[in-house]
Amino acid sequence: MLSQYVPIVALFALAAGFAVFSVAMAPYIGPRRYNRAKLDAYECGIEPVHQPLGAGRFPVKYYLTAMLFIVFDIEIVFLYPWAVANDSLGIFGLVEMVLFIVTLLVAYAYVWRRGGLEWD
Amino acid sequence: MPNLDSFGHDVWWIILIKVVAVFAILVVMTLFTIWLERRVVGRMQQRIGPNRVGPQGLLQSLADGLKLAFKEDIMPALADKPVYFLAPIIAAIPAFLAFSVIPLGPEVSIFGERTPLQLTDVPVGVLIVLACSSMGVYGIVLAGWASGSTYPLLGGLRSAAQLISYEIGMGLAVVPVFLYAGSLSTSEVVASQENVWHIAPLFVSFVIYFISVVGETNRAPFDLPEAESELVGGFHTEYSSLKFALFFLAEYINIVTVSALATTLFLGGWRAPFGLGTVWAGANEGWLPIVWFLGKVFAFIFVFIWLRGTLPRLRYDQFMAFGWKVLVPVGLLWIVVVATLRTLSREYDWSFLQSILFVGIPLAIVLIVLLLLPDKAAEPEDDETLYGIMPEQPETSYPIPPLDLIVPSIVPSNVTSNVTSKALSSAERTDSA
Repeated sequence: MLSQYVPIVALFALAAGFAVFSVAMAPYIGPRRYNRAKLDAYECGIEPVHQPLGAGRFPVKYYLTAMLFIVFDIEIVFLYPWAVANDSLGIFGLVEMVLFIVTLLVAYAYVWRRGGLEWD
Repeated sequence: MPNLDSFGHDVWWIILIKVVAVFAILVVMTLFTIWLERRVVGRMQQRIGPNRVGPQGLLQSLADGLKLAFKEDIMPALADKPVYFLAPIIAAIPAFLAFSVIPLGPEVSIFGERTPLQLTDVPVGVLIVLACSSMGVYGIVLAGWASGSTYPLLGGLRSAAQLISYEIGMGLAVVPVFLYAGSLSTSEVVASQENVWHIAPLFVSFVIYFISVVGETNRAPFDLPEAESELVGGFHTEYSSLKFALFFLAEYINIVTVSALATTLFLGGWRAPFGLGTVWAGANEGWLPIVWFLGKVFAFIFVFIWLRGTLPRLRYDQFMAFGWKVLVPVGLLWIVVVATLRTLSREYDWSFLQSILFVGIPLAIVLIVLLLLPDKAAEPEDDETLYGIMPEQPETSYPIPPLDLIVPSIVPSNVTSNVTSKALSSAERTDSA
């Protein structure tokens, strides 16, 4: 059955070769004219402020979004096999999945209520 | 009719032809889409658009790509060099891979070999597309982070938050399709749409899917990671030359891929439109279905361009709220409704009217009641804070003059020091008058 994946690997090799070739060749094809200002971070013309790599801290809100994403993405991953097999599971499968979704909706309502979905 | 068993038997040179063909199709469609976008948006803005390079300006994007290759490749001094180098590669590869399971047509014969017009198909077909679109996020985040600059970092973060938020909506929107198709494999989803396209029973899913993918591909009106007025170019501000070209390529390939996936899941894939297949059997055979497929894909791409030409950009908090507070709950409820209807009508052998009666009407009543519930009680308006007395000033701050400050025309010399250190309140002004 794994033979179905061979074309994907082949396409991966072609795409990777193309991408690596483009990125690696870029410095050699184009001109190179040194200018210190070019190498500065772009800040609309003003002198860039020196800052640590990755520009230091950023809002914790992004982490919260990432956590919520994991919760719901795992829910979706559970929904897929159920959706495929639903016709053979009958009423039992339906009730089980509705209970699962309701459980997550409680968590969702809690997050909403606590302002986890607000962005300010 | 190709199904899962039709895949995995190709000889090596057929695989090679298909791989090169998919690669070429994607690159050519990217170039064509960029040209189409510039022409269509030009028309929508009462301009002509590019029309000099080649007939009707068709070679314009190719010329632009070549020009980019001959531009200087700048490595910013503060950049994290290995990651900066890898990010465009990580963005581009999944974009190509996502297209590998999209069916372009039925079985045809290439040099005497029968093979389906699809690179490959696996039992988890659509998951491959979703996985690749998730991997693309890494390229964008790493590009923003590795540039060592503020604008790209903010653009990359915004992009990541946006992509993962709208991926939930997209993932939920395709679940009912699998309920109907009973399979995750793209060729079997197309096969299940022989009589009715999934867009008809699953219109809500289709709408959620389309809105989500507009967010997922960073297109207007959801193009916040590249909001020029706020973030210059977003995550690729510091990129130039072919590295920039790779990001651009990945972005447009993603647009093509999500349009192709929408065609596959909701619009019957490569099947002839308007029931043409029932009156003319040849419409769904041989090489012709590629035309139907490309027609549907470009119809989607046109809508993408149309949205860009019409709608202004959303504010970021509104945009995130829409994804989390509208698309996610609607998607979940719609899955429950579809599953309930489908299971009950099969178990109890209901007709269409009966299922409407037993499930649709109660659901409609619940929805109407929910809609009639009042929103949060309106906040009592405090007139005093708006008019008359000025709002209190924070204790520690420097003195702020009140909004209705009237500068006295003649200031006696003995009170000058008082006036400059303290703003006149309205009460004091009435006294002096």
